[in-house]
Amino acid sequence: MLRKASVIAAFGLALAALSGVAVAKTSHEEPKDVHWSFDNPIFGKFDQAQLQRGYKVYHEVCSACHSMNLLSYRNLADKGGPFWNPKYPNPNESPYAKAIAKDFQVADIDNDTGDVIQRPATTSDHFKAPFANEAAARAANGGALPPDMSLLAKAREGGPAYIYSLVTGYVDAPAGLTVTDGKYYNPYFQGDLSSFWKGDPKKTPVGGFIGMPPPLQDDRVTFDDGTKATTDQEARDVAAFLAWTAEPHAEERKRTGLSVILYLVLFAGLLYASYKTLWRNIAH
Amino acid sequence: MSGHQSTYEPKTGFTRWLDTRLPIVRLAWDSFVDFPTPKNLNYWWTFGGILAMCLGIQIITGVVLAMHYVPNGAMAFNSVEHIMRDVNHGWMIRFVHANGASMFFLAVYIHMLRGLYYGSYKAPREVLWLLGCIIYLLMMATGFLGYVLPWGQMSYYGAVVITNLFGAIPIIGKGITTWLWGGFAVENPTLNRFFALHYLLPFMIAGVVVLHIWALHVPGNNNPTGVNVKSKEDTIPFHPYYTVKDGFAMVAFLILFAVFVFWMPDALGHADNYIPANPLQTPAHIVPEWYFLPFYAILRAIPDKLIGVGAMFGAILCLFILPWLDTSKVRSMRYRPAAKLFYVIFVVVAFFLGMCGSRLPDDPIFGDGSIGFQLLDANLNSFVWLSRFLTLYYFVYFLVITPLLGLMEKPLAVPDSISTPVLPVSTPVMPAGQKV
Repeated sequence: MLRKASVIAAFGLALAALSGVAVAKTSHEEPKDVHWSFDNPIFGKFDQAQLQRGYKVYHEVCSACHSMNLLSYRNLADKGGPFWNPKYPNPNESPYAKAIAKDFQVADIDNDTGDVIQRPATTSDHFKAPFANEAAARAANGGALPPDMSLLAKAREGGPAYIYSLVTGYVDAPAGLTVTDGKYYNPYFQGDLSSFWKGDPKKTPVGGFIGMPPPLQDDRVTFDDGTKATTDQEARDVAAFLAWTAEPHAEERKRTGLSVILYLVLFAGLLYASYKTLWRNIAH
Repeated sequence: MSGHQSTYEPKTGFTRWLDTRLPIVRLAWDSFVDFPTPKNLNYWWTFGGILAMCLGIQIITGVVLAMHYVPNGAMAFNSVEHIMRDVNHGWMIRFVHANGASMFFLAVYIHMLRGLYYGSYKAPREVLWLLGCIIYLLMMATGFLGYVLPWGQMSYYGAVVITNLFGAIPIIGKGITTWLWGGFAVENPTLNRFFALHYLLPFMIAGVVVLHIWALHVPGNNNPTGVNVKSKEDTIPFHPYYTVKDGFAMVAFLILFAVFVFWMPDALGHADNYIPANPLQTPAHIVPEWYFLPFYAILRAIPDKLIGVGAMFGAILCLFILPWLDTSKVRSMRYRPAAKLFYVIFVVVAFFLGMCGSRLPDDPIFGDGSIGFQLLDANLNSFVWLSRFLTLYYFVYFLVITPLLGLMEKPLAVPDSISTPVLPVSTPVMPAGQKV
């Protein structure tokens, strides 16, 4: 079934691409202009307090439906992570990571009996997923699949700004737009609303229907550092956290780049001087 | 490898012993130390060395990536993320490899355009040019295969679109695609063989590179004047003169490379490729990597699938037959003002073809679509129509302009030798104290 569908999809797609027929025209609102501490491609850094708040939002709100399969609990205490502490260079020994992990029960096999058991997670366990499998996730979410969040900030155009815009961007559907049951209108979500629009086809609203209800409200969480938990703050913090989970080594990458490029510039200068010296008497 | 007299003298007992058994040090000496090289090569000539460096970087990073990558449909995506997250400096190795492909293509396009401008494909360098075209073809195959390996959405649908091109061949097309896939769709067997081939092809490239350098060293380098080397005064030894110049250019190129790797590693990629491949969910907009965009635009410019595929491969075939299309006796376009003009237009056309390839065919070029430029039933204010005109120029440039221009144009006076344009006639040939 899956194979057959994919063959059909493949052929249809190749034909569409080849014959120049545009596939369904989707649209969405451009993400809001948000500024982040990590914006700067060279010097930008994550704000550790923000990452901690973002983790809290993820843990208390998002993780009810969204998995984060690529992360382990130890990653939270990695260098540059939300719970990094230079006192614990090995994240597996970090009391923060240990404390977070032990509150999760994960499935394992009892070595003596072979029975499936539940045990508290360790720092090396991957984040516990909210659903056992895709079918369970869809069944619990009206058929929609909440995407894994590990890479979400990289897997969407606009990155964290898109995530922030989406979760703060819910508005009432304009008159004339019939919203499907169990769906929510969001102008930042990519979609094609032309078949739900009873009005001038040229004025079809941009955006799409999303299966996720508005996830954040004021005081949905209580931040440990006393920051006021407005919807806007929660959205910013969780988007920043997701930017970190999408590429935990981003800070290290930028920092390494600075040394590499400084080295290369000096090396190039030396080579240029050598070149000019060697060639000074060659007419060319 | 070259026609010039070997000046290598083994200095130690071991090198004397080796030289009479396997004169490999002599070969290296004659090819890369003493090799007489025209003294007027400009920076466009440094891209050969830069390309060799790119190939080396890709092979080294690629071998390391292969130690951690898993070519399995269920695990490939996560194994790449494992490299990004858990392998020591894996993020760097992977970003160098991914951006390295783009840098490799950037360098090869400059290298090819240099050859085009200075007539480096003309006699006696036709075989050198053909080998270069083969390297380019192998590079395209390798780049495509490699892009499939992370098994993201763009990887998957890129593989779907490209393998389906072979389905355009009448009668046997469907059989060929099934054979390529190893199944009835792009699936795990496809990924497996793509990985095997992606590992194989770079070594084939390296082999053809050796032939390419051999074919270069028989007639020697072309040069910006396009005039043959006439005497010893025209040349200088490759080392140290060009090792230092190429070395400087390589490091300068590495700076650009590093800017992409460290500060904008995803700028040349596509967000959709961070979504695991899903055969049931087609991305809204499938685009190849930037270096394939001009050919993608040519493919889409033609409404008939078979002719479109033919045009795309024909566009590359034009490069292969170029030495026999060009009728001009003058190599360098420095002395061919008319050719220079058409060449500049060609470069601009190729650039805009790339832009067309990145857009939806029916999107308007100007305005929001309300402004149309209707001609019969065609809206010329669309990227598909722009790419049709550009495709037309691409082929006319090779198949009509290049052969005719050589017969019709009046080239400027060509210098007698490499040294004449730079050395005043009355001064001594070499400044005092300088040995060549």
